[in-house]
Amino acid sequence: MRAESIEELLAGAPSGERRVVGRLISIVERDGDGAEEIAEWAHARSGRAHIVGITGAPGAGKSTLVGGLLAVWAKAGRRPAVLAVDPTSPLTGGAILGDRVRMDSVATGAFVRSMATRGHRGGLALAVPGAVRVLDAAGFDPVVVETTGVGQVEVDIVGAADTTVLVVAAGWGDAVQASKAGLLEVADLFVVNKADRHGAHDARRDLDLMLDLGRVSGHEDRRGHRPEIVMTTSTTGHGVEGVASAIDEHRRHLVESGERARAYHRRIALEVRDRAQALLVTRVAKLLSSEDGRVALDAAERRAMTPAAAARAVAARIIAAPDRTSPEHDRS
Amino acid sequence: MPHRPAIRIVLAKLGLDGHDRGLKVVARILRDAGMEVIYLGLRQSAESVVAAVEQEDAHAVGLSLHNASHLTLAPRMVGALAAAAIDAPVIVGGIIPDDDADELRRAGVAAVLGPGASADEVVRAVRDAVAGRS
Ligand SMILES: Nc1nc2c(ncn2[C@@H]2O[C@H](COP(=O)(O)OP(=O)(O)OP(=O)(O)O)[C@@H](O)[C@H]2O)c(=O)[nH]1
Ligand SMILES: [Mg+2]
Repeated sequence: MRAESIEELLAGAPSGERRVVGRLISIVERDGDGAEEIAEWAHARSGRAHIVGITGAPGAGKSTLVGGLLAVWAKAGRRPAVLAVDPTSPLTGGAILGDRVRMDSVATGAFVRSMATRGHRGGLALAVPGAVRVLDAAGFDPVVVETTGVGQVEVDIVGAADTTVLVVAAGWGDAVQASKAGLLEVADLFVVNKADRHGAHDARRDLDLMLDLGRVSGHEDRRGHRPEIVMTTSTTGHGVEGVASAIDEHRRHLVESGERARAYHRRIALEVRDRAQALLVTRVAKLLSSEDGRVALDAAERRAMTPAAAARAVAARIIAAPDRTSPEHDRS
Repeated sequence: MPHRPAIRIVLAKLGLDGHDRGLKVVARILRDAGMEVIYLGLRQSAESVVAAVEQEDAHAVGLSLHNASHLTLAPRMVGALAAAAIDAPVIVGGIIPDDDADELRRAGVAAVLGPGASADEVVRAVRDAVAGRS
């Protein structure tokens, strides 16, 4: 099973064959043999899926909400997929990926894939868009990306979605935390989950207040859309249909206002930037360990050059000499 | 530059009964050994495990079985994976009599771990089972 050719895999992908799509994501994630070919295939066919980013503090109920959304979408005859990102242990590099517990991929027919935050060539910022594109190309729609909104990379990732949903749990002071993390600015839709608990209305009021402040600072005008606030009890499914229709409503708004095209534009720009930076980081590391690099480092150490001048010398070498070893170059 | 990807293992408890305390302990042991553990938890079926292994492109399956149905459930899991043409070893943990463990191995289970297995034994069983397949 592990020896199938890329051609064979790609032949099975349009039907969304689970095993095939699972393999393709692994290859893309790892940037292994065939990753370039898969990326070309996926990029040419992507662009149909609505990409939904779901974020919020650990334990806010994101996965439970996604599980509920999958059921709503399945009933409506849609073919959703989920990419659930969980943190890797900084000590061991291992991870417990537990988001699937709250999602029934058999009953809903949804494709669910778990991803650790580490262990990808080029990092999470490259692995997520690569995997989302494979899911999009394989015909899944919508494609949900769940992350815990803690790091800047994670905020960037969900912020790049077509619709970004911020989940706050009632009674946790999540709204204030979220505003500090810069999540209010990227959210298109707010969900106050655990509405069965005390503090749900306080959480709603906090969000409303912060949105009012945002309007004062002009943030709402830029988006032309005041984010809706939906109350849910995801464990019972209460309010989840409201979230699904708010997502659809936002999608309509995006298409009609031309904002969907702009979101796509931003996503591509972000990814090209991240990939270009990743390429350069590799080149810098390679050059610094080469003879030329050692000369520059040595000059800086002897105080014959400032560190800044040494860095300019290194950068100049990279700009002058094309990297013969990278596949991007062999191709052209 | 090809780095060795971490072992990805699906952990599940089949059937309707029980709790998942033991399974959670195993999940932490395997994470601490650097593996990516896809945790499914309680009340899983052979079908839901197959779906998870395919979607997650997992290398192995770990099952916790704490009732008398291991002789039916574990071989059924092995059969379901084979029927889906998935080449992932099945490792079983639980209170399983020696005779039954032999029968499970004959039915294609890669390793059987008792409740007294140490963390090292658990990790080694998974690593060996995965190495044996690739
Ligand atoms: N009372 C109550 N509990 C809920 C609700 N939604 C989720 N929970 C519980 O909250 C806990 C965390 O839920 P998850 O869906 O795993 O939360 P999450 O945000 O995905 O968590 P991480 O992925 O670990 O960050 C679980 O025990 C859920 O059962 C709700 O609406 N009300
Ligand atoms: Mg979750």
